[in-house]
Amino acid sequence: MARKFLSGNEAFAEGIRLAKPQVISAYPITPQTIVVERLSEMVEDKSLNAEFIHVESEHSALSCAMGASAVGARAFTATSSQGLLYMAECLTYAAGGRFPIVMMNANRSTALPWNIYGDQRDSLSLLDSGWIQAYAENAQESLDLALMSYYIAENSAVSTPFMVNLDGFVLTHTYEVVDVPAQEQADAFLPPFETENKIDFDNPKNLAFSAGPAHNDIFKYKEHIGVLNAAGVINKAERKFADIFGRSYTGLTESYKTEDADYIIITLGSIAGLVKETADKLRRQGKRVGVLRIRYMRPFPNDDIARAVKNAKAVAVLEKDISFGNEGTVCTNVKAALQNNAENIPISNFIGGLGGKNISKKDIENIFLRLETEEAEVKFIGIGTSRERTEVSGNGAECEKSQRGRIFLRT
Amino acid sequence: MALNAKNLNEDEYFYGHKACAGCGGSLAVRLALKALGERSVAVLPAGCMSAVGFNFPQLCFSNNAIISTFAGTASMLTGIEAGLRARGITDFQAVGFAGDGGTADIGLQALSGAIDRNDDILYICYDNEAYMNTGIQKSSLTPFGAKTTTTPAGKNIRGNLRPKKNMFEIVAAHDIPYAATASVGYINDFINKVDKASKIRGTKYIHIIAPCPTGWGIRTDETVEIAKEVVDSGLWYLAEYENGEFTLNYRPKEFTSVSDYLKKQGRFKHLTDEDIEIIEKSRNAKWERINKTFKNVGGK
Amino acid sequence: MKPYLRDKIPSAFDEIPDAPSYEAGYLVTKNSGWRNVKPVIDLGKCRGCLQCYLQCPDGVIFKRDGKVGIDYDFCKGCGICRKACKFGAVEMEAEK
Repeated sequence: MARKFLSGNEAFAEGIRLAKPQVISAYPITPQTIVVERLSEMVEDKSLNAEFIHVESEHSALSCAMGASAVGARAFTATSSQGLLYMAECLTYAAGGRFPIVMMNANRSTALPWNIYGDQRDSLSLLDSGWIQAYAENAQESLDLALMSYYIAENSAVSTPFMVNLDGFVLTHTYEVVDVPAQEQADAFLPPFETENKIDFDNPKNLAFSAGPAHNDIFKYKEHIGVLNAAGVINKAERKFADIFGRSYTGLTESYKTEDADYIIITLGSIAGLVKETADKLRRQGKRVGVLRIRYMRPFPNDDIARAVKNAKAVAVLEKDISFGNEGTVCTNVKAALQNNAENIPISNFIGGLGGKNISKKDIENIFLRLETEEAEVKFIGIGTSRERTEVSGNGAECEKSQRGRIFLRT
Repeated sequence: MALNAKNLNEDEYFYGHKACAGCGGSLAVRLALKALGERSVAVLPAGCMSAVGFNFPQLCFSNNAIISTFAGTASMLTGIEAGLRARGITDFQAVGFAGDGGTADIGLQALSGAIDRNDDILYICYDNEAYMNTGIQKSSLTPFGAKTTTTPAGKNIRGNLRPKKNMFEIVAAHDIPYAATASVGYINDFINKVDKASKIRGTKYIHIIAPCPTGWGIRTDETVEIAKEVVDSGLWYLAEYENGEFTLNYRPKEFTSVSDYLKKQGRFKHLTDEDIEIIEKSRNAKWERINKTFKNVGGK
Repeated sequence: MKPYLRDKIPSAFDEIPDAPSYEAGYLVTKNSGWRNVKPVIDLGKCRGCLQCYLQCPDGVIFKRDGKVGIDYDFCKGCGICRKACKFGAVEMEAEK
């Protein structure tokens, strides 16, 4: 093990080096570029023995990775934003083909207007593509997810591609001290890639075929089960990871002081650190607040969420995403989780950080305060369509709020 | 030794498929795989050959074969080649079979990328001159004058207005190690080009004219002879590109009639004498260029 | 070696693979029903030149005793073999 000062991208590249992919195909896009630059350097200096393919597009990056996976080789690619959207066809293809490719996505706004900064509209818009989706909070978790992702994706009960999301710039380009495990430790954790779902000269296969109405639903059902199975395998991976590396993770979500919390913010990605810090500050003032960080959007932590918030008086979902014409996608998923578990808790949705706009500690404090003081928000769970503008108490942040409980942060 | 009907591998690798009777594309795929053998890994994008060959549980390739995305033939070939090599397997041929649309339109970028990297793959374009799988729509390899379902022959426009894209020379312009043109009307020429390509390292490209009875408006038994006639009339040609040079493989002693070739096909029935004259002129211009820039202009 | 007809048609849930990946060359249906006409070889005229075998898009003509035979399970009756034969050994007959 070595301690290094690394950005999120660099930490991820270190994790991938330790996972020993055999084929890396990638096309540059800001803010993903550093991870593939580092990997190309590792291939050059022979600290990583992989085929590095300079593809001419993101579509080809994932298509190439699928070809590699289809012959039983461990494959890696990375992208962001427009690149992710450009390869969208290959996302559903890789998932349906059950190719356990790992991809890092640097979360970035999607055009138009053009913007290179971080939000999560890119990956959340592809939530239904059949991939496992994880969201890292910091550089250490990025590295650890790079290693764990292959363990989980390649498990035969899962056989599903894995997307690890790092917030663009905020995480991809921010330097932290990171523990980089030794190769022997990584090898003890991650077995070589074995699969039946591959080209085989002794037992030739026809792959990625058509299946008509008679069988199509069965393939899709099995694909669904594969993603669901990831939940158990994630726990297994984390136990083994803790044994070998001494660092623990908590499955699909991370609860922070939720046990006795009256008010909980549910969020994901790098903003969670600031939300936890804010919760600590409010706790010192005697407020019972907590944070639930979603680590995995697929498989979705329905039960974890219901369990974590069931005693809360109100919940806010803070996300860097909006499904135009409705609400944030994370919020929709959270609401469904609570509905599924018969929990009737008021939920407000706070959309922030679009196009990289800063979310301040004050903003977060205000979200907690609104949950605490404004009973009015309970009424948001309704069918009203008129909008009102309100002044958020405390910092003068202006919000636009609909009666359905969605609030745009307008700091 | 040159491959021929007598010594060609007797195994069949593409069999029981649901291609239309008389399909030229399926003939090209069948023959190429017989030339390449069981160690070939076939990649077929969305298109006729994947649609007719991979309907679970009717799976018609006896070798390893996979469907790629429509645009992703070349890039999936790249991944297969790199992945097998990374696993220490070297005795194989990654071969792609894409149609004209899958090659010259939606797949051109990925193909260009693969040639640029000089990936060790063989890419075969079976050119039936339109999007036949979706119902005969124009592609950039549809020839001038052809009627398709998106270039109707009416009073104002008489079929496709644009000439066929020159894929062979586009590919050659990448300075590819080996490229060739072929036709299912000249089978020995084709299978020997496939065999030759399989022995060359780096990217190889073969462009084979493969008539589609359904889309061309010919009888199902005319596939091979019309594919011969397109060469004999000079509208297509058999050539190779290697070591920076173009070589003509076959020069008809005298061109057969362009008009006869066209008038046999439903897709050209509407053409006027002036249209046919335009086609003849463009053929003559093409051959002038061939005579100037290709080796072996005497032909065999 | 070639793809061949199997007795078992996978259809139940447990017979469907987890991934769209299956044994190569697995045939469960014939193509014989497509034909209106079928090629018939006059072995007396056949010289074994194999042009019909070479040109068949479906690969259903095979070498047999220096001449050829036809797998009628998969012949679609396109008639290319008749045109390919320089010796007039292939005739197309109406399917009954």
